[in-house]
Amino acid sequence: MNSHYAVPAVALVVIATVLVGAFGLRISRTTSDFYVASRTVGPRLNAAAISGEYLSAASFLGIAGLVLVQGPDMLWYPVGYTAGYLVLLLFVAAPLRRSGAYTLPDFAEARLASQAVRRLAGAFVVGVGWLYLLPQLQGAGLTLTVLTGAPDWLGGVIVAVVVTATVAAGGMRSITFVQAFQYWLKLTALLVPALFLVLAWQSDGAPRHAFDEPATFREQRVVRVGDSIDLKLDRPLTVTVTGTVDGRTHTGTRLDLPAGTHRVERGTRLTFAEGAAVPEAQRSGGGDLSPAPAESGEERPLYATYGLILATFLGTMGLPHVVVRFYTSPHGVAARRTTVAVLGLIGAFYLLPPVYGALGRIYAPELTLTGDTDAAVLLLPDRIIGGVGGDLLGALVAGGAFAAFLSTASGLTMAVAGVLTQDVLPARGVRHFRLGTVLAMAMPLAASVLVGSLPVADAVGLAFAVSASSFCPLLVLGIWWRRLTPPGAAAGMLVGGGSALLAVAATMTGYPGEGTLHALLAWPALWSVPLGFLTMILVSLATPGRVPPGTAAVLARFHLPEELRTEVSA
Amino acid sequence: MSGFLAGLCVAVLPVLALGVWLGRRTARPQSLGGLGTPVEHATFETLHTATLAAPPLRAGLTEETARKSARKLRSLLGTDALCLTDRKQVLVWDGDGAHHRTEIMERLAGPLETGRGEAFQLTCDLLDCPVRWAVVAPLTVDDRVHGALVACAPRESAVLVRAAGEVARWVSVQLELADLDQSRTRLIEAEIKALRAQISPHFIFNSLAVIASFVRTDPERARELLLEFADFTRYSFRRHGDFTTLADELHAIDHYLALVRARFGDRLSVTLQIAPEVLPVALPFLCLQPLVENAVKHGLEGKADKCHIQITAQDAGAEALVVIEDDGAGMDPGLLRRILAREVSPSGGIGLSNVDDRLRQVYGDDHGLVIETATGAGMKITVRLPKYQPGVHSAGRLIPE
Repeated sequence: MNSHYAVPAVALVVIATVLVGAFGLRISRTTSDFYVASRTVGPRLNAAAISGEYLSAASFLGIAGLVLVQGPDMLWYPVGYTAGYLVLLLFVAAPLRRSGAYTLPDFAEARLASQAVRRLAGAFVVGVGWLYLLPQLQGAGLTLTVLTGAPDWLGGVIVAVVVTATVAAGGMRSITFVQAFQYWLKLTALLVPALFLVLAWQSDGAPRHAFDEPATFREQRVVRVGDSIDLKLDRPLTVTVTGTVDGRTHTGTRLDLPAGTHRVERGTRLTFAEGAAVPEAQRSGGGDLSPAPAESGEERPLYATYGLILATFLGTMGLPHVVVRFYTSPHGVAARRTTVAVLGLIGAFYLLPPVYGALGRIYAPELTLTGDTDAAVLLLPDRIIGGVGGDLLGALVAGGAFAAFLSTASGLTMAVAGVLTQDVLPARGVRHFRLGTVLAMAMPLAASVLVGSLPVADAVGLAFAVSASSFCPLLVLGIWWRRLTPPGAAAGMLVGGGSALLAVAATMTGYPGEGTLHALLAWPALWSVPLGFLTMILVSLATPGRVPPGTAAVLARFHLPEELRTEVSA
Repeated sequence: MSGFLAGLCVAVLPVLALGVWLGRRTARPQSLGGLGTPVEHATFETLHTATLAAPPLRAGLTEETARKSARKLRSLLGTDALCLTDRKQVLVWDGDGAHHRTEIMERLAGPLETGRGEAFQLTCDLLDCPVRWAVVAPLTVDDRVHGALVACAPRESAVLVRAAGEVARWVSVQLELADLDQSRTRLIEAEIKALRAQISPHFIFNSLAVIASFVRTDPERARELLLEFADFTRYSFRRHGDFTTLADELHAIDHYLALVRARFGDRLSVTLQIAPEVLPVALPFLCLQPLVENAVKHGLEGKADKCHIQITAQDAGAEALVVIEDDGAGMDPGLLRRILAREVSPSGGIGLSNVDDRLRQVYGDDHGLVIETATGAGMKITVRLPKYQPGVHSAGRLIPE
């Protein structure tokens, strides 16, 4: 791909982000403009900011890649990512805002008046934040590799440095405007190329075999296999090979492979003829590569789908960078309106990645062989349109992708750094916040360089699972159940969230590889969320004496509209 | 394989961090091991048990606190059964022989009345009942009997009488401390109420004088100013709630500035720079307006030319940063320090030190005013307001848009 346009586009996004962040609100006003200067953030602006912060690498690159590989089953991802806000709207948004809490640990303290539960919630914020940051950095690395051929780690390092620098320097002062700007940038970056791609597809005769099995090559194509794979052939295939297939080395020989499984070593170039079926590929693993949860999804599609639905539906409310944005709403009703607007905005956005996925299945099916399925969105403009137009659209997409990494990563870093500063490092002002920021970013950066890559949408799914099993019970029971006690909340978060975290850790390290156990660990939400709820309820019921004394007043504040509050407190 | 190891490290680290947290929370003083002689060792043990029993009692004598401390107290005395009562009922019975509850309560009437200790035999139909004798030690706070500590044993023991008396005295001291804690809380509440900012009488007088000056020349302007004055006084005289939102406070400041500008005209210019994210932050009622009033006073004091005031509110993570800056006469830092320490009373009311005190009361000592000033160099006041603080909730909602 041509990087002449893409690199400036990425640089432009980075600079624009920093500038809007630093100067977005440096417009001074005189007192005559007082009402303009002190106007609260409206639901629409705040919704755009929340959406901007929320739409991450997983949404921008990951979904298209998964749809490309696995077909329409993966549409549950965008559905889940959106529907999470519906649950948030119904159960959490307004009471959470009325609680006055800024972060999730704040909420735990406001509801349960317990420092221990607060610290535990802080620990989970850090855990979820790190899990979510990891795929952002990996996505950045992938994008830069696809665009310029730079080494894997460079993109992640760039995002990490930019985000750490802006957050640590306090550059994200006007964060609402930055994030709202990022949303519209991301939407544009996907929408405009998508329109051109669909037009090109139309003029191509609108081929519709996107989800027919198997996909076929539309033209002769050379595929370089990035990691060793096993090709599963249902029927014989003729292919020109330079490299090693089934242990034998070839240089430009034409091979007739019979049906069955064939091992292709890394670095091999396969040239497929026009009309050849795209063979099914299986990562042959090895210690370096983490097996994708999606693969176990193939084995147990129903279980995996329900696990995904539960994790995304219930996990959204516990994402630390989303929760803090609700504080900007002036009151509970505004928080609710904001959530409705968010539903509309991200719903509109999520119409686009599946389009890329479907087009990718037609025009770039070989990505399933090279393993870079997350690159589908980046490669398509060049592949379908080509020329300067394709390059320009590709640059736009690349810019949007970087906007996705930057906005989500900066939001998460702020949330994690806030917790690290407040609850872990002894609080002594700004210098510690900087230390916290560096720590918040250093962990996932180290992990992204060291750990094998997981498809970004899957990695984000794991963060959702942990959030759904720890914070969802805390928020839902905390808001709707009087008899919740601090020991119950702590036990529920530890058992639910802790078990999900362990399952995630096992999945990321590649244990146990396959089978029922692997499916259970790769999609933990289906058992860990009920486990979290159950533990929280049972332990609370077992410790009735520990219900915090002010519970009735606290719940009244959560649920009564602000206008009535004065009469209650008087 | 390195990927696997690295992954493992990444996975284990959060768990480790969690462990450290929990460990720190539940950490007990380390056992003394071989330190000291057996006698010293026993002393340490006793002191440690006493220390563990103290915190629950510091919350006063209730069923819950009694339950938490009873086991520790019993191990301190080494008896078979220990019971804590208030003036009416048994709060907790730790150990054997709980069926003596009612009997104990009947026998307690005397000691609770007189406040003197007593020891008596218990009557029991059960042959193997381990509790035959009880010693009562009253718990007194300021000469008032709050309850009693009853230690039960199989037979009479002079040592136990003495020990129970000592432990009861120790518990009484803890209860006295609890009383002290309570009165301290009440004192702080009263102080906050007393500190509730009042608008200065000078301001009311000056405002009315200015409005009067416009009544004939520009009645419309006078009417507007009167309305501003009404809005401002309504805000500052309101009775409900100790906290407000930054948005409401800024509106009050706007009304205030309108009145001040009417008086000083072009001599005063104000710029605002406010991040909308921090407008919902809750803060003590009328704690920024005195700072602006102070800036106006210092800005216009002793000079005839113009004064400029800059009000900034920034979003800084979990805090909002409010800065009020003027380019006026400034102040000698030493004098300012003495004013804040209330060693000298300033001429113009109690504005700054009052705000400083209230901020420290509400948010803790590290959230007081930060003032940068020098004679002739203006003054810059910085306030850091946490976005969330337990117990700080604004009453009422923001002014609708």
